[in-house]
Amino acid sequence: MFQLALARMREFYREPEAVFWVFGFPIVLAFALGLAFRNTGPGQLQIGVAPGGGDSALAATLDSSPRLIAAVLDTATARLRLRSGRIALLVVPGDPLVYRYDSTRTESGLARLEVDDALQRSRGRQDRVAVRDDRAVAPGSRYIDFLIPGLLGMNLLGSGVGFSVVQARQRKLLKRYMATPMRRSHYLLSFILSRLVFLILEVVALVGFGWLLFGVAVRGSFATLAGITILGAFAFAGLGLLVASRAKTIEGVSGLMNLVMLPMWILSGTFFSYARFPDAMIPFVKALPLTALNDALRAVMIDGAGLSSLGAPLAIVVAWGVVSFVVALKIFRWR
Amino acid sequence: MGLTKRYGDVTAVAGLDLTVAAGECFGLLGPNGAGKTTTIEILEGLTSPDGGDVQVLGAPWRDGAEGRALRERLGIQLQETQLADKLTVTETLALFRSFYRRSHTVDEVVALVELEEKRGARVATLSGGQKQRLAVACALVSRPELLFLDEPTTGLDPQSRRQLWEIIRKFKVAGGSVLLTTHYMEEAERLCDRVAIMDHGKVIALGTPSELIASLGADHVVDFALAEGQAVTGLEEALKALPGVKAVRSGPPPAGISLTVAEVHRALPALLALLQSRGAELSLLTTHHATLDDVFVVLTGRQLRDS
Repeated sequence: MFQLALARMREFYREPEAVFWVFGFPIVLAFALGLAFRNTGPGQLQIGVAPGGGDSALAATLDSSPRLIAAVLDTATARLRLRSGRIALLVVPGDPLVYRYDSTRTESGLARLEVDDALQRSRGRQDRVAVRDDRAVAPGSRYIDFLIPGLLGMNLLGSGVGFSVVQARQRKLLKRYMATPMRRSHYLLSFILSRLVFLILEVVALVGFGWLLFGVAVRGSFATLAGITILGAFAFAGLGLLVASRAKTIEGVSGLMNLVMLPMWILSGTFFSYARFPDAMIPFVKALPLTALNDALRAVMIDGAGLSSLGAPLAIVVAWGVVSFVVALKIFRWR
Repeated sequence: MGLTKRYGDVTAVAGLDLTVAAGECFGLLGPNGAGKTTTIEILEGLTSPDGGDVQVLGAPWRDGAEGRALRERLGIQLQETQLADKLTVTETLALFRSFYRRSHTVDEVVALVELEEKRGARVATLSGGQKQRLAVACALVSRPELLFLDEPTTGLDPQSRRQLWEIIRKFKVAGGSVLLTTHYMEEAERLCDRVAIMDHGKVIALGTPSELIASLGADHVVDFALAEGQAVTGLEEALKALPGVKAVRSGPPPAGISLTVAEVHRALPALLALLQSRGAELSLLTTHHATLDDVFVVLTGRQLRDS
């Protein structure tokens, strides 16, 4: 079995393309998405002031507030910028003052509060309650913190077990193995074993990358993280074998793999939280192995959860792994 | 015994009875589609028969530990296996070696098939002959008592073929038994102690190559053809009456006529005299020693290659 796993690994690392898709691609993806969704926080808000009595005084008052940038704009420009979102809110001088803004935009709502606050204060409003700001950045609240565990889960899922099995079947290599005293379960287990070895490298690469470039920390213990990834790799190698257990052509198996993987990428909260799906779907989404794995990974990396609190998602992952492996062994087409 | 295998309506093997003795090299001969591969795969335990009994090295095929114990003693080369392209020769052999409890070392088996120079080469870079030698090496690595070879030299150049014959011959000299299939009669004549000629899933002849050739009753074959447009009535009867001629076969025109002949030195002049007296002109005339090909043609009325 050791030799089988070794052969499997050699075949893999001698395929430069496969190496890129497994190691390089998630890192490139993490890099691109991490850049695109980096947390800059709400910056300064652009405010327009329409022409009218006292417009420049109004603009000067607003501009002196640290979170606002205000300027007097002519009517046409103001309308255009408001529509395109380049100003968050337009103040029309008069009595009463008019705030024109799109109330569905978060930024505009924020601008409404800030502008009103700045104006009322400048006219002498007194605060009735003494308050003090205590600014704290919540750990793991950035998008990249959410993304890295998701990518880890996705990487565990897309293991490519299917292709090599089908290729061996097509080349009648499986049949040749059947002509030796090799145990069938050893052949299937060798895939899981070789996956585990590469997995260590994958996890180190991705977690290390997130930590170095984006400061994504692992709050839980590394041992727990390792344990979860091993369970995940086992489950998905089993699932991969199941997908490949009957298919006779590469085309056939890649179709099946897409059928299995694509819904999970979308549903299982890899790139965005599955809480966005309707409530009725959530139980089904939660029963998917990738959902369970992503939840467990995030719990460890972001919340620092221990193994004991992750019983439910890990049970789902293990159940998928065991059931697919056993079924794969039963229905596997060896020739 | 009474081996049968059906695929849908097609009966690939129809009630075959064979016994291969220990230390023997036995050849299954026949054209493509004769049922050779099906037969050998049933014997290898890779295909289960629809009827009949199989005993290999004195044991029937069983699942589980008994089957694996039997496989420990066999070496198998399959017709269509393509070994993993990305592994080297030694890595491939190390892999196959790991399946067996008792085996040759990688170095020993590399030496057996003379692939020393290609030890570190990836399978993808090997020539057809080298790949085939590697496939045989994978079969030999288990120190088998019985070696199954399914068309080991099909598609190889003459030199590679001779190299493989030498490997098989050495295995036999060392005391191993061999069961091979081939559609090259020359290969069977060179390697096999006994051959079974198969056609349509049945054995149509069984014996040593020399016995089978002797069964023709004559050791030479004369092939000739008449020039275009020439037909001679009653020629066949006249030919049969020629001295030394044992059998006459004529294909549909323009194919030639084939005579099985015991004494060429008497038959040939008589043939020429006969044709001259009838005013027929020759477009072709050849003679050769009778081979297993001729046995097959006599038995089936068809050529081996194009049937």
